[in-house]
Amino acid sequence: MKVTARFHSGRLWLGLKGDLDHHGARDAMILIKSRIEELYPRDCLLDLSEVSFMDSSGIAVILKTYKLMNELGGRLWIENVPAQPMKVIDAAGIDRLVAISSLTAKE
Amino acid sequence: MNRPINEMRCEFESRSVNEGFARALAAGFLSQLDPTLEELGDVKTAVSEAVTNCIVHAYPKGIGKILLRVRLYPDSTAEITIRDWGVGIPDIDKAMEPLYTTGGEDRSGMGFTIMSSFTDGLRVRSRPGKGTTVVMKKRVSPRTEPK
Ligand SMILES: Nc1ncnc2c1ncn2[C@@H]1O[C@H](COP(=O)(O)OP(=O)(O)O)[C@@H](O)[C@H]1O
Ligand SMILES: [Mg+2]
Repeated sequence: MKVTARFHSGRLWLGLKGDLDHHGARDAMILIKSRIEELYPRDCLLDLSEVSFMDSSGIAVILKTYKLMNELGGRLWIENVPAQPMKVIDAAGIDRLVAISSLTAKE
Repeated sequence: MNRPINEMRCEFESRSVNEGFARALAAGFLSQLDPTLEELGDVKTAVSEAVTNCIVHAYPKGIGKILLRVRLYPDSTAEITIRDWGVGIPDIDKAMEPLYTTGGEDRSGMGFTIMSSFTDGLRVRSRPGKGTTVVMKKRVSPRTEPK
């Protein structure tokens, strides 16, 4: 699991790459948390376009990131979600908490 | 009950690095039924949830063994079994409720919900101290186009 970060005027963009399963979630969460705590962003964008697989461990990562951003009074967006992770997000129903946009328009 | 046309079994250790291995193995074997990309993704997701549960919950303090078995049937269905010999589940109905987890903040409690919504049948058997068996059925839709 790789996490790439870009920060510009209060907006933190985080690109996730690889399998966001239980094995990958631990590293991803450490990296996401350290970036958020270091940069204190107003908006956080999680870009999932390069996530090759996701299961409910990824749901836990999104929910933890949501909590972190909530504590800072900031907002979280989940962007460019491919079909398989999107199906998992739909089944978990977390679109009620976090703004989610899929990649399907570009596929 | 018809007989399987093919079967594979694999036993591996409960290390998190094997989650991806188990998904790939199940998906590779299922390919014989010519599933769609979505059906393949469903099976990978369901297998990932069941195998992760063995790694996280069944053997919380050490490494144990996990059995993955896939049977293919002539009516284009697959039966996927994931078994462990770990701590077991005291109350299966409760464990299967959405959001129920004994795993704290790292877990979402959505594993069984996802297993059941991504397959065409989910059965769980468990005995505390003896282990847990998860059996899932997946129907692969017949392709309309001839090959
Ligand atoms: N193989 C297993 N061995 C022991 N307990 C299990 C097993 N699978 C599931 N459980 C129990 O069922 C609960 C719910 O599982 P699940 O829906 O996958 O959510 P999560 O894994 O996020 O906790 C777990 O928290 C655990 O208590
Ligand atoms: Mg689980």
